[in-house]
Amino acid sequence: MTPVASKLYTDDVSLLMVLIDTNPFFWNSINSTLSFSKFLSNVLPFLNSILLLNQLNQVVLIATGYNSCDYIFYSSASQNHNQRAESLLQKLEEFVAKDESLCREDSVDGPGFSLLSGSLSMALCYIQKVFRSGPLHPRPRILCLHGSPDGPGQYVAIMNAIFSAQRLMVPVDSCILGAQHSAFLQQASYITGGVHLKPQQLDGLFQYLSTVFATDLHSRSFLQLPKPVGVDFRAACFCHKNTIDMGYICSVCLSIFCKHHKQCSTCGSVFG
Amino acid sequence: MYSLLVPSFCAINKLSSALFQGGNYIFEFDSFADRDICREFVAAAIAFHGETGKSTSEKPAAALQDEQLSTAEMEHRIKLLQEDNELQRLHKQFVIGGILTEAEFWATRKKLLDQNDRRKPKQRVALKNEMWSVKPLSDGQSNRVTFNLTPEIIHQIFAEKPAVRQAYLKFVPNKMSEKEFWTKYSRAEYLHSTKNVVAAAAEAAEDEELAVFLKQDDMLTNEARRKIRRVDPTLDMEADVGDDYMHLPDHGLLREESKDVLDSQYEPYRRYFSQDLNQHAAVVLQGRVVDVELGDTRSVAEALARTKQAELANEVSDGNLEKDLSHRISRVAEIEDLQGPRDLAVAPLCIKDPRDYFDSQQANALKPLGDAGSGVKTLKFNVSSVEAYGSLRELISEIRVTGLSEPITDPEVAFKVLSGLTQNISSTKYHLGKSPHESILDSLPKVTKEDLLHHWTSIQELLKHFWSSYPITTKYLYTKVTRLKDAMSQVYPKLQEIKESVQSDFRHQVSLLVQPMLQALDAAFAHYDADVQKRSAKSGERPNGFM
Repeated sequence: MTPVASKLYTDDVSLLMVLIDTNPFFWNSINSTLSFSKFLSNVLPFLNSILLLNQLNQVVLIATGYNSCDYIFYSSASQNHNQRAESLLQKLEEFVAKDESLCREDSVDGPGFSLLSGSLSMALCYIQKVFRSGPLHPRPRILCLHGSPDGPGQYVAIMNAIFSAQRLMVPVDSCILGAQHSAFLQQASYITGGVHLKPQQLDGLFQYLSTVFATDLHSRSFLQLPKPVGVDFRAACFCHKNTIDMGYICSVCLSIFCKHHKQCSTCGSVFG
Repeated sequence: MYSLLVPSFCAINKLSSALFQGGNYIFEFDSFADRDICREFVAAAIAFHGETGKSTSEKPAAALQDEQLSTAEMEHRIKLLQEDNELQRLHKQFVIGGILTEAEFWATRKKLLDQNDRRKPKQRVALKNEMWSVKPLSDGQSNRVTFNLTPEIIHQIFAEKPAVRQAYLKFVPNKMSEKEFWTKYSRAEYLHSTKNVVAAAAEAAEDEELAVFLKQDDMLTNEARRKIRRVDPTLDMEADVGDDYMHLPDHGLLREESKDVLDSQYEPYRRYFSQDLNQHAAVVLQGRVVDVELGDTRSVAEALARTKQAELANEVSDGNLEKDLSHRISRVAEIEDLQGPRDLAVAPLCIKDPRDYFDSQQANALKPLGDAGSGVKTLKFNVSSVEAYGSLRELISEIRVTGLSEPITDPEVAFKVLSGLTQNISSTKYHLGKSPHESILDSLPKVTKEDLLHHWTSIQELLKHFWSSYPITTKYLYTKVTRLKDAMSQVYPKLQEIKESVQSDFRHQVSLLVQPMLQALDAAFAHYDADVQKRSAKSGERPNGFM
């Protein structure tokens, strides 16, 4: 896995894209070990520590909302360095307000689904822009701090994003904050060569982040990082978005269905 | 004595099984081509049967009566089986074991069969590297000098000396016969070999045709000029590494450059060794340009002339060559600052071997469908969006006011986390191996691993045929499904055996690996039973007396 040559930059310069889950329904439903404010108070020092590791490191923060996603913070933007945290939090508040204004439902059952596919795509676009900016750039990776359950409607979009990340050789790390496992993020980390972790103790989140996720890509070749036991590779059917073991597959576009259909809903080919 | 006109697989099979039972056979053919085909065939069949051991010719012979395959196809199949061990095992297990027919087996592998349909061209013989040096046989007694000209040599002369070729086309058979032509040519060569340029000039003045052979080759110089224009000025260090120009004088060939200075009138009659050598080398490296039978000299000459014409026409029409050359030059000898951005490095597409993912299926064995693995019940409650967003914003402003806590984490908690992580990593390293893609499968003993993988591929094969036979519409499919079902039921005890044969440390992991295979087989059987029940219910509904 050789990256594009970065001649002046040393091996351990990284560009870290952090995707934080700001789904309010999820944060509302989570038990009290980790409230959103505690979560932020772990993440902000982590971002600072990344920037301390190397002068050339860059961090970009993207918020994954319920209705929209947006860039919250760029470390490369020129601003008063003492005011970083303040400006980050302010932008976050504005984002949440905007997300609320886009909300069309009065109430939601359970934790709801956040737009992971959207923020993954935004992260990959930013990375692509960095790649095209010239021969000298840091090695990018994506870190997903995610808690909401997997939205089956986003299966196709997330898989596409994962394959693009794999092709660009960008690892996707994932840290699961919620109670349940996320099959999408497990697959993402496995396929792209990233690290997947579900912390047992959420109040020590900063320790997890700095031990496991702060490692740059060059160091990962000689550091031991946690490895999940097995990855759930099962697909979700395209019609009901349920995970299935056996199903029907369209021979033209390889879409998966759990029941026999007369016509493929993805490519329109008629089954004889 | 067997007379073989068109070998068929059945015949060869019977023969080869007979061969193995001892006894010698002599085959008689009508032509060399047939014999060659058959020879390759028999060699392949012998190798094939040698590996499988016993004679199993009855079943395939019977099965193939409805299929007539061409020899090429049969050979191709045999070759494929020889190259891929696993394919051969599967073939032996299913086709020779009578579970699947040959046609069914290969039906799903059409892609393999279509590949390499064009047989690789037989190895082509290149031109001789030896420069035709004049060593005429001369009798000590008489003044006769004999030259031997074989068609091979003639071909080489035509390739190296376009003037001679042109002269041949022009003179023969109008002005002189072939024999005379070659006599004159030989005379010219002899004169050159004597290094007597003056004598050469004298003879050329007398005999016009001879002059053609003695003068320098104009066509050659034109070609050389054209080539020079297309020479790539960039330096390819790798290509030049092996060249050694200094070692032997004249490269070991017996030629001497005469160093006398002659009058300019003799200049056209000189021949330069370096020119000859270069031209010879270029021709040999180019290889055989024409594939004509060497017997007929005239056709060889014409064919060569035609190819040269074609080349010329191509060069003229291909104006892009110069542009490509300049592109290449700018790329190789580049100045980095002045270059624009180039394509990004991307990981190449690689279709993975499904066997790599084999052991990750065990995770699915533990998790029931639909459940994302949570032991916690998801609380179903209803939250209004206003409330949810409101509380989120509150929390954000709370942080803005209070700032970050100090210390960030409670030190005891941090220590617990760190030791937990370390323990986790070291234990998984022990059990699963270091890199994220290393697997349990590698830590099992080799025999077990091979067995497991083989069972998995054979189960996949069986299931592929099983599921593709549904819905059952014909009697043929019905018998096929019954056959497959019997084969599948025999797999269970075999898997059990494997589980028991492993050491107790690995037993749990092996059973986890075997679990998905059993689940797949169970699903197939469930479907079969359901289908049988449906059929019997349907047939039960028919009123009595109707079939």
